[in-house]
This record gives sequence, structure tokens and C-alpha cells, in this order.
Amino acid sequence: MLIKKNVSIKSSEITPESIYLDRRRFIQGGVGAALAATLPGSLATAASRYSTTEEQTSLKDITRYNNFYELGTGKGDPALNAGRLHTSPWSIAVSGACEHPGNYDLDELIKPEAIEDRVYRLRCVEAWSMVIPWQGVPLGKILKRFAPTSKARYVAFRTLLRPAEMPGQRRDILPWPYREGLRMDEAMHPLTLLATGLYGKELPNQNGAPIRLVVPWKYGFKSIKSIVSIEFTETEPATTWNLKGPDEYGFYANVNPAVDHPRWSQKKERRIGDIFKRPTLPFNGYAEEVASLYAGMDLQKYY
Amino acid sequence: MYTRLKSVVFLAALIPLALGIWDGFHDALGANPVEEITFRSGRWTLRFLLITLAITPLRKCTGWNGIIRLRRMLGLYAFFYACLHLTTYLWLDQYFSLTDILEDISKRRYIFAGFGTFLLLLPLALTSTHGMQKRLGGRRWKQLHQLIYIAAGTALLHFLWLTKADYRDPLIYLCILTALYILRLPALEPLITRRR
Repeated sequence: MLIKKNVSIKSSEITPESIYLDRRRFIQGGVGAALAATLPGSLATAASRYSTTEEQTSLKDITRYNNFYELGTGKGDPALNAGRLHTSPWSIAVSGACEHPGNYDLDELIKPEAIEDRVYRLRCVEAWSMVIPWQGVPLGKILKRFAPTSKARYVAFRTLLRPAEMPGQRRDILPWPYREGLRMDEAMHPLTLLATGLYGKELPNQNGAPIRLVVPWKYGFKSIKSIVSIEFTETEPATTWNLKGPDEYGFYANVNPAVDHPRWSQKKERRIGDIFKRPTLPFNGYAEEVASLYAGMDLQKYY
Repeated sequence: MYTRLKSVVFLAALIPLALGIWDGFHDALGANPVEEITFRSGRWTLRFLLITLAITPLRKCTGWNGIIRLRRMLGLYAFFYACLHLTTYLWLDQYFSLTDILEDISKRRYIFAGFGTFLLLLPLALTSTHGMQKRLGGRRWKQLHQLIYIAAGTALLHFLWLTKADYRDPLIYLCILTALYILRLPALEPLITRRR
């Protein structure tokens, strides 16, 4: 497994692991609030009511079983090729229907926000799933800072295009760069996360470093990795897998056991670590939080 | 001489199975072992089908007639790995749920092609013995065993149809299979046959 060290952090800024691991006791102890404010943003995290208490998938499995075609199409390829990708410096181009477009340095975007712990289920369209402890910032909090205008009905994301460091992009497997998008209300939903960490450490490259989307009620391919562009649009943006196979991968891609993928059933899923499959839940178990976003929509049609 | 060669090939053909068991006990099948077992057994089925189909052209090119004695065993190994592949699907993937399996076969063409391949290979395995060969008679037995040409094609369709985006591997297998078909064209016979 490869976790890149961020060279821009001074060693004096790094919280000793013992203190970091003890952070909950610190915070519970009362002195926590003041102390937590002095910790570097990437490490001072807060628990969330959105987190699941299900057994978490091991860090080993989360980092060796990845769909990140930019780093290879085999499940183990992204981990093998992860070291080629350089994620520092990193900036995100913000454009489209908003009042503050521009190029933003990653730190500039993330530093002002409180990093939250979110333990989410992840359901891949290929009928496997994991439980992943992410660290990140709700996407809505960051999008608000760009002041989207009334014309912003969707938000489109793009992954880094750098074939020299991403060998998968040298082959014509998918229309590069990878593109994804959300409706504005989906993007602003408190469950939708921009993740920068995994298991309390920096996000490994094979998991979409340095910053990726996590939309837990949608199939995994919606959760675009290594984001370099955010654009507010008036019309539904084109998305990569939908371009590749429009009858197989919809724009919405909400986890739905009632709508099969044309080539396999979506009724069940294999939780990584299990042998046998378990039933898949509507909206990946987040129906209570998000079903209302789709009230009145024909989910057979808008799959 | 051929007894020894057959023993060597017999053991060599078990290496993929042995490696799979070894990897299974050493956490080397990855995060999704069921998927890995399915992939490996499927690929080895296809590989053994291609190896079996390569015997006759190889015999013609090299003039080594004895190689034909390996063919039945290699074909049976294709069937053996196909059984492992099918069992993994029926048991570990579908947990013998008949309704799910029937739905899968009727709705999904790659599953249909996979089942079809198995059903085509089954009579070949059952009639592979000397006894069955005699009972059927040489000509009918030969006709029946030409089903392998269809089975290899449906196995490849199964692979192509389940592929999501990266077609490199199934296309490599397709090229090899096409070459093995072409080598059988009567027009090519004098060109590839080595005279003794």
C-alpha cells in the first residue's frame, strides 16, 4: 500500500500519533474544544450522525481493490500504479454559473473547514460493497463559498488528465478525462462529501487523492476521484460511464435493487470480507435521508 | 515415453488449481476472493479449450503425431475448470437460489452463453472414454466432438459480453481462436503440413 507523504507539512505541525489516537478522550475531557482548534485541519475531525456503526472494511482491502481506470483496469492495478501520480501541488478550477470562479489551491479550499469523520457504505455498480471511514468536508459547504447563481442547476466534476502519470489514460478505454455530475440539490445534501482522508490518514492515490467525491446513496462510479474541475451548469452535464453505455449507467445512478443493470442483478451485493451476498437496500440504506429528493420521479426511467 | 509425458502434463494442468488453493490460504486472492476464483477458473477453461484446439494444427506443423494422445486429457481439463467455474457461480455467487439463477440465464446473454458452453462441453466429457468412443462408432463420435468448435466460440462470447470497458484480454483470446479456426481451412492444409 502506498500513502504519499505531503512534503508541505512541517514536522512540527504533525500531531504525534499517540495524541491523535487519543483525540476523543482529549475532546471529552473538556480541554478539547480549545485544543482541537489548534490542531491542523486535516487531523482534527468530528464524528457525524450520518456515520454507520457497521463493521468497517479493512484498510488493506479498501486500498488494494479499486476501480480507478486511470491507474489500470484490474482491481489491483491502481494500488500498483499509485506511486506514479503526484498530487502536490493541486488546484481546482471553479467555473460556470457562480460569483467566485477561479483557480483555488487545495489547501485554500479545505483549510477553513472543519474536517468530519464519515463512515459510509459504498455500493459499487458491480454488486460489491464496503464500509469506509472517510474524512472530509460536506461538498455543500464548499460550493456555497463560490456563490452559485440561480442558473446553477447542476454541478459537473472532472478528474485530472495526466497520461504521463496515469497509464490507464494512454489507452482508449473510456472518454478521458473522467467526468461526473450531480443535480444541485444532491450536491448540497449534507451526506455528500468531499473526502480528503481515509482511516485518519491522507487519502491514498488509488482511492482518489488528494480530493474526491463521496455520494453514498449512489453507485460508486458517481464518486469521482482526483478532482481538478468543478463547474456549475444550467443543463445536465455529460458523465463518463453514461457516455460509454447509456443503457447501463444512468446520470442518477441511485442504488436501487429494483432496477437491474442490463448485465447483472442489483438485488444483492457482496460486502468485501464476506463470501455470500446480502440484499441491497434502496438508496444504499440512505432512503430516509435522500428519497425525498426524487419524490414523483420514475426511478425505472431515471436510473 | 507417452505415459511419462502424460503424467507431466497431467500434473502441470493442476498447477492453476494448486496455486488457487495456496493463494486462498495465504490471503493472496485479493479483497474479493469469490470474484478472483471465478475469473481464474473461467480463464483456465478458455485456455484449455484453446490448447486442446491447438493440438491438431501443432501435429500438422510439426509432424509429431504422438501429441494427439494428450488431446483428450487437455479437453477434460477444460471441462474440469469449467465445472469449478460453474460451481463457484452456483454456490458462492448465487447460493443455489434457483429463481435467481433462472432469472440470470433468461435475462443476461453472457450468463446464457456461459451455461450454453457448459451444456456443449458436457456430452464431450461424458463420451470421452474409449468405451463410449467404440459404442458411438468413430464417425459419429467425431461428429459429436466437433461441438468443441461451437463451445470455444460461446465461451469467448461469454467473456466478451461480460466485459465492461477494457476489451484487450478478450480480444487477445479472440485472435488466438480465430487463428486456430483459420489453420483448419482445407486450403491451408498443404501449406502448414510438414512432409516427412
